[in-house]
Amino acid sequence: MPPLAWHALMAFIVLNAILGLVAYVTLLERKFAARMQSRIGPYYVGRPHGWLQPIADALKLMLKEDVVPTAADRGVYNLAPIVFLVPCILIYATIPFAPDLGVADLNIGVLFFLAVSSLEIVGLFMGGWGSNNKYALLSAMRAVNQIISYDLPFIFAALVPVLLAGSLQMSTIVAAQQGLWFVAYPVFGQLAFVAFVVATLAAENRVPFDILEAESELVAGFRVEYSGMKFALIQLGEYAHMLGTSFLGALLFLGGWLGPGPAWLGPLWFLLKAVLVFLLVTWVRWSFVRIRVDQILAISWKVLLPASILLLFATGLWVATRGAGA
Amino acid sequence: MVAESWYVALSAVLFSIGVVGVVVRRNPLVMFMSIELMLNAANLAFVAFGRRAGNADGQIAVFFVMAVAAAEVAVGLAIIVTVFRLRRRLSVDDLSLMRW
Amino acid sequence: MTHAAFLVIAALAVASALGLVLRRNAIHGALFLVVNLGSVAALYLTLGAEFLAAVQVIVYAGAIMVLFVFAIMVLIPGKEETGLDPRRGWRLLALPVGALLALQLLLVVRAGVGPVAPAAAVPGGVEAVARLLFTRYLLPFELTSVLLLAAMVGVLLLARRRV
Repeated sequence: MPPLAWHALMAFIVLNAILGLVAYVTLLERKFAARMQSRIGPYYVGRPHGWLQPIADALKLMLKEDVVPTAADRGVYNLAPIVFLVPCILIYATIPFAPDLGVADLNIGVLFFLAVSSLEIVGLFMGGWGSNNKYALLSAMRAVNQIISYDLPFIFAALVPVLLAGSLQMSTIVAAQQGLWFVAYPVFGQLAFVAFVVATLAAENRVPFDILEAESELVAGFRVEYSGMKFALIQLGEYAHMLGTSFLGALLFLGGWLGPGPAWLGPLWFLLKAVLVFLLVTWVRWSFVRIRVDQILAISWKVLLPASILLLFATGLWVATRGAGA
Repeated sequence: MVAESWYVALSAVLFSIGVVGVVVRRNPLVMFMSIELMLNAANLAFVAFGRRAGNADGQIAVFFVMAVAAAEVAVGLAIIVTVFRLRRRLSVDDLSLMRW
Repeated sequence: MTHAAFLVIAALAVASALGLVLRRNAIHGALFLVVNLGSVAALYLTLGAEFLAAVQVIVYAGAIMVLFVFAIMVLIPGKEETGLDPRRGWRLLALPVGALLALQLLLVVRAGVGPVAPAAAVPGGVEAVARLLFTRYLLPFELTSVLLLAAMVGVLLLARRRV
């Protein structure tokens, strides 16, 4: 098979697998949240445990009326969900799900991931601006604030495993964790993982940091004017981004597809670890209360950013004296 | 492989559009963005020349241009915001005084 | 194949640049600039400069554009370019002059194309760039950090001033 066709086939498979996975991740989150709050969660659609709920949700959203506000900036408003979704899906392009099983294992994989995920803000801003709604605009401004503030700690935390492995290529990073997962790497690994999770929470706008969609103040934030399929695209993008970041966390810190058993179990291990990271983030989400805008910015600039820079610096010194590789 | 001259030609076109943008527009923000356009055009030429020379020096130059552009944008936007606070208007034609 | 890709990306770059210059709305201009920066990043990829492509997206689309957009939102756009332009004639003169400039530059490009031996494979990877950056270009690199620090202090000073 020519390489181009192979890549295209791979991309097709990964895209569809991710979309299916994302649909069921929403169900997982709802079930998990429900259990945390002593509820049952989705139950009746697809008894006994609501297995068909994501399908029903998707159908419902497709059938809903598509409302465009008359005052909206039409072009921007209509494009925003697509611009938001594309980078969220594109982040999967460099993630290998097993050795040689992925769309493209670039030699700058981690950098590509960080670059593409930082594009998400453009779609978010377009949605907030194009809606021509004060809540949406406020939400977009908060999002811009927050994402500028947390992009840097996120990048620095993700660079610690890169330094430890001595490579930006994702498969090499996993290979470097053969003996010891980076989350178990003394001191550096744990601190970086904590910083990564906190920055992830903020980058995904989950609850302690969800000021941009704070229901009690901003209705639903930047997507308040969206309905029907456009709303579905935004939701899809958001969950795809969350899951993608969980995959990145599992790959950088939890050893990716490494695990006991035969090699073909690798992708399953990887998926399991990613879901674990996802549930960790969800756990925090359903346990804490929202904090104020100024507190969010203060945490980033006064604590997380200096700490992650110091950590990166210390890791660099450590690697320079010890040599790369665990 | 696409010849480097194509890239340089594209860079020339983008640069000219940027120049026109700086001159034609009255909004300092758009002028600023046109300047970014010109910087990018120059960067593209740098990378193309670097490939022709067969080394990474062109890319280093682009790296520095990006760093300087980031600094320049921060300072420039701060100046624009300060001016807007003082004058409540946003047209470069109003900014003919050195002090007020 | 590569030629087709180049042509498509180049057309996108030129169209978005024109969009930036011609559209009234500053926000639309900023979004067009994002498209332009993205297409330039794609061109870097086709030139084998992967590191630069990633940095371009992170620095420009992720940071610089966000700053622009934020400034535009703070400054409440859309009201500044209404009304008759008092210097309309002079500004329109920019179009032929710009076209002339483009023509001139293109002629220079055409004249400059000589029979050059096909270059060796370009070391475009992160390693090549990093090696150069921390050896031959170490001093400029350190100076850049001083420049960024100076910019940061300057911006804080400007932002702090209350009149």
